[in-house]
Parts: sequence; C-alpha cells; structure tokens
Amino acid sequence: MTEKRHWLEHPATQNFLIPIFAVVLSFAVGAIFILIVGQDPFQVYSVLFSQTLGNSYGVGQLLFKTTPLIFTGLSVALCFKAGLFNIGAEGQLQIGAFMTALVGMYTVGVPAFIEIPLLVLAGMVGGGIWGFIPGYLKAKTGAHEVINTIMLNFVAAALVSFFVTNVFNVPATVHTPSIAPTGRIPRFDAVFSGFQGSPVNFSIVIALLAALFVWYYIDRTRYGYELRVVGLNSKAAEYGGISVSKNIIVSMVIGGAIAGLVGTNYVMGYKYYFEEGFSTGTGFMGIAVALLGNNNPFGVILAALLFGMLEYGGLVINTMVPKELVSILQAIVIIFVISSNKIFRKILVNFLKKRTLSIND
Amino acid sequence: MISQIFSLAFLAQTIRITVPYSLASLGGVYSERGGVVNIALEGIILNGAFCATVGTYYTGSALFGVACGIAGGLLTALIHAVISIHIKADQIISGIAINLFAVGITKFVLEILFQSSSNSPRIAGLPHIHLGFIENQPDVANLLGNPLVLATIFIVIASHFIIFKTRFGLRLRSVGENPEAADTVGIGVTLYRYYGVLISGALAGLAGAWLAFDQHSFTDGMSAGRGYIALAAMIVGKWNPLGAAAACLLFGFAESLQIQLQGGGLPTQFIQMIPYVATIIALAGFIGKAVAPGADGIPYEKEK
Repeated sequence: MTEKRHWLEHPATQNFLIPIFAVVLSFAVGAIFILIVGQDPFQVYSVLFSQTLGNSYGVGQLLFKTTPLIFTGLSVALCFKAGLFNIGAEGQLQIGAFMTALVGMYTVGVPAFIEIPLLVLAGMVGGGIWGFIPGYLKAKTGAHEVINTIMLNFVAAALVSFFVTNVFNVPATVHTPSIAPTGRIPRFDAVFSGFQGSPVNFSIVIALLAALFVWYYIDRTRYGYELRVVGLNSKAAEYGGISVSKNIIVSMVIGGAIAGLVGTNYVMGYKYYFEEGFSTGTGFMGIAVALLGNNNPFGVILAALLFGMLEYGGLVINTMVPKELVSILQAIVIIFVISSNKIFRKILVNFLKKRTLSIND
Repeated sequence: MISQIFSLAFLAQTIRITVPYSLASLGGVYSERGGVVNIALEGIILNGAFCATVGTYYTGSALFGVACGIAGGLLTALIHAVISIHIKADQIISGIAINLFAVGITKFVLEILFQSSSNSPRIAGLPHIHLGFIENQPDVANLLGNPLVLATIFIVIASHFIIFKTRFGLRLRSVGENPEAADTVGIGVTLYRYYGVLISGALAGLAGAWLAFDQHSFTDGMSAGRGYIALAAMIVGKWNPLGAAAACLLFGFAESLQIQLQGGGLPTQFIQMIPYVATIIALAGFIGKAVAPGADGIPYEKEK
C-alpha cells in the first residue's frame, strides 16, 4: 500500500494557505485596534475595500501604489532565490530613479522610441551599480549583504540628497528639472477616461514584464537554475562547478536593476522629475511583498496589489481611524507570515498525526 | 577658529549625540553576543521614546518616564525575542517588521492620546546633579550633570566587565558563538538568548527616553535612523562594548562637527555618510576584520 499524502501536506497548498492565513489573522488583530478607537471594524473595512476597489479612481490610485512594490518585491524575491537578503532595494531605487531623471533632463529632443528605453536603462544601470557593490563585497570578502545593503541605503539617500539640494536642482527646491517630454510614460487617464485624476500610468506594464522576466529567468534558464542551486546549497553548487561568487554578484546586480525601475513610475510616469524623499520605504515594503508572495513572481504581483491597496486605503479610512492602522496591519502581516511558516506547519503535523491515529483506532 | 569649534559647547553637543548611540549600540552588543541579530533597535528606540514621553506627561515624574521608556523597550524587545528565539523565525525580517510596527503604533496612539500624528505636548526634562564646576556655562554643566550621561558612562564600562569578566558574560557569549557546545555543558541557550535580547531592549528603550527628554517631547519617527547607526557602531566596534562606544563617540564627534561647520567645509551629506561608509569598510576587512559571533542570527535547534 502506498502512503497517500493528505492534501494539506503538499508544500504548494501550504505556500498558498499560509499567506492567506496571515492576512486574515492580521485583519482580525487590526479589528482590535479599530475597536480601541471606538469604531466598527466591519464598517472601517468595508470603506477600505469599497473606496479602493469599488471605483476606477480608487483602482487607479491602488495600481499607482502597486507598481513600485512589484519592482521592489521582485528585486528582493530574485535575490532571495540566490540565498541573498537584499535589504538595499530602497537605496537601489533611489540611485536608479535619480539616474533616470538625470539622463532625462540632459536628453531633450531625442525621439520617444529611443528616449523611453534610454531612461528605463538608466534606472537599471543606477540600481544595478548599487546592487553590485554589496554583491561584490559579499563575493570577494564575505561581508554580509544585509548590513552592507542597509548601510548603502543611507549612503544612497545622502548622495542623492547632496545632488538634488546642491547640484542638479531647480533653485530653492529639492527636485531636479523636468525630464525631456519625449521620456514621459503616458498615464492611464490619457487612454481610459475612467481613471481621470489618478496617477496610474503604463509603467505598470514594465512591472508586469519584469515579473514575467524574473519567472522565466529563474524557472526556465540555465542561469536561473545555477542561481537557485547557489541559494539552496552553495557548497554543492561549488562542487558542481557553479561559481558561487559570480552568481552572488549577478543576482545582486539584476535585483538592483529591477529595484532601479521604480523611477519609471514616479519620474517617467507621474512627476517627471526626481524629488528627494519621493519613496517612503518602498524598498523595505518590497521585503514584505516578496515574503507574502512566497518569492514567486506572480505571488509578488498579488502581494503588491494587497499592499498597494493598504497604502492607498490608509488615506480613505483616515477620517474614522488614524491612517497608521495600515502600517500596523502591514507589520503584523509580516510577523504572521514568518511565524506561521513555522507554527502553521507544526499545528498541521500534529493535526494530521491525531487524525491518522483516530482512524487507525 | 579652532578654539571656537572645540569649545565646551562642542563637547556637550558631542555627548548629547553620543549617549543614545552608545546605549543602543551596547544593546546590540548584548543581543548579538547572545546570537540574536537585532535590527529592531530602531523600533525599540522609537517605542522607548514614546513610552517615556507618555509616562512623564501623565505623571509629571521624569523618573517614572525613564522607567516607562525602559519598559517600552523591554516589551518591544520581547516581541523580537519570542519571534526569534521561540518561533525561530527569521530575525532580520522580524526586526524590519518591528521597526515598521513601531512607526505605526506610536503615531496611532499619539493620535488617540493627543489628537496629533506628529508630536506630543511638551514634557519636563530630567533633573540634573549639581557638579559645582563650569557654572558659568549652565548648559554644559547641566548636561554633564545629567544622570543619564553618568549612567551611560557607567553602563559602558560595566558592560565590558559583564561580557568579558563574569560568568554571565561567558555564558552569553557561548550561546552566541557555539550554542551546541553551550547546551552540552548545560547552559540554557534559550534563557541566555532572552537575557541578551531583553537587555538590548532595556538599553535601547533608555536611549529612546534620552531622546524624548532631550527634545522635551515626542515627534513621529524621532529615532531617525539612530538604531541603524548603533548597529553600525557595534560592527565597527567589533561587537565589543568599549569598541562600540568608541565608534559611537567617533560618529557623534563627526555629526557634531557637521552641525558646528554648518555651511562651511564639507557638505553635510558627506558627514552623514561617515558611519555607514566606515561600517562597509570595517566589514570588508580593510581596518582589521570585523567578525560577528559564530551563531549570530541562527536559531538554535536542539538535536533530538
């Protein structure tokens, strides 16, 4: 007789159930906070959902917040597959977006079909360089990428701050001059009138393409295979003739380049310039997105949608409860995801053990 | 010019900046020596500052406020400890989540208590001890007579002895360096790791209390990256209390210099980079390798 596995035991089921379990649980904890403020959780949540998902303006805002989260989520997820923890997406996106703006302001008169790819590339190069540094240091000196990427986030912030307050700024502001008009990515409302007023733009298509690329690269190419082997067992990879240091550097560079694409949404699709402090922790939120999306590119898209909804949702519930409720929710989701991976599996094992015992009786 | 820069006021400025760095950095040393990476320092400082402010505001007692700051830090660290040590989940992600949580919860409660998401009402500062010298510069005298300044100096020196000269310190280091070996000789790995994380919570909470009293109020996000600078100092100081404190003093000195030189000399952003660049260089081994405790960041799974 062959041992048949219970459907709950399949890793795929668990990978799917755990994030949902974590999200539901954190909304339940969030309800306690809402009750403390003296509001009705059902009412607050129904406003949260209806104002973000119920009309095209809300959806537009949600998608606008989702786009950068897809980039940073993918960046973290790809590096994670190689066994690297990229906490530096924040710095990489700063440098990338700044490079996009910088190249954009000096290339006036270039036709759009060259200008747009050029600016996209500039962002990738900027982010890629910022990913290369910790990758190289890890590969050559063994310095832990977690600490280095954290430190580089601050260095990047200081660096762009210096440039946009002293060198490349419009006088008396902390932003650069506008990029060439041909480098602009059109907004949705230029095509679909329903999105009138919301800043969502076609950079989200770039985000979806990036997700497709990451999936293909990781799952379908030899490079992706090598990268995963390094992530699973670097010693085995080395024995198998796979260069660990090369893969570390390559994945940090690609991860950085993807994070560097965040500028397509803000610089090319929304404000048309780089502004100091434009990103409010998108890089850090990418870690949560990758985690909730189980480091799977399509999971990342779904998780980014949820977090994008929460980010815009904070504003729509602000009259009932402080909008910080959503930060609390986001934090609790992360805590539950990392905890439930362990707890959920343990409970499941016990549950299945008991069941089989009672059946045997 | 030089004497203008390196005045007593400059010294006071440097100390004011160094105190919270040192407290949090020492906290990091205790936690990581015990084998638990503590990126949550940033959030612990923030919660500590918030609790100290609220405690002082409602009782009028600064001493009670300090106790609240420590308690707030302890509670926050306890969350990190449970997730890291008991549940054995990823310590780095836990730290990031706690930092995010701290930003959210402090603003949330701030809004409920004081109807403002940005700052609290004014609170009184800490009473100071009269030292009986430099009375002509009351600001400096008050600062040097601040009980928390004296406490910080004491804690730095005491920590060196606790970690390297006591049985407690030896055990703490052993569970961070080689938990299997420690477990074999009967040292409670879980217990000592809790000690490490909780001490870090108390110290970083105290750092937060310092910030609140120094500013006489709580403002949102007032930890402003200090937890990460403390982490940087811990690495540059090679996980040693005295080294970490020295690194904090160096960072505090640089920052103070930047404030003093406003406008002239190097752009402020380059001075801001110093701690971070120093850490990257230290980790790369250019100034003598900075090596973390052997089991730092790795949950301990007992052999069955």
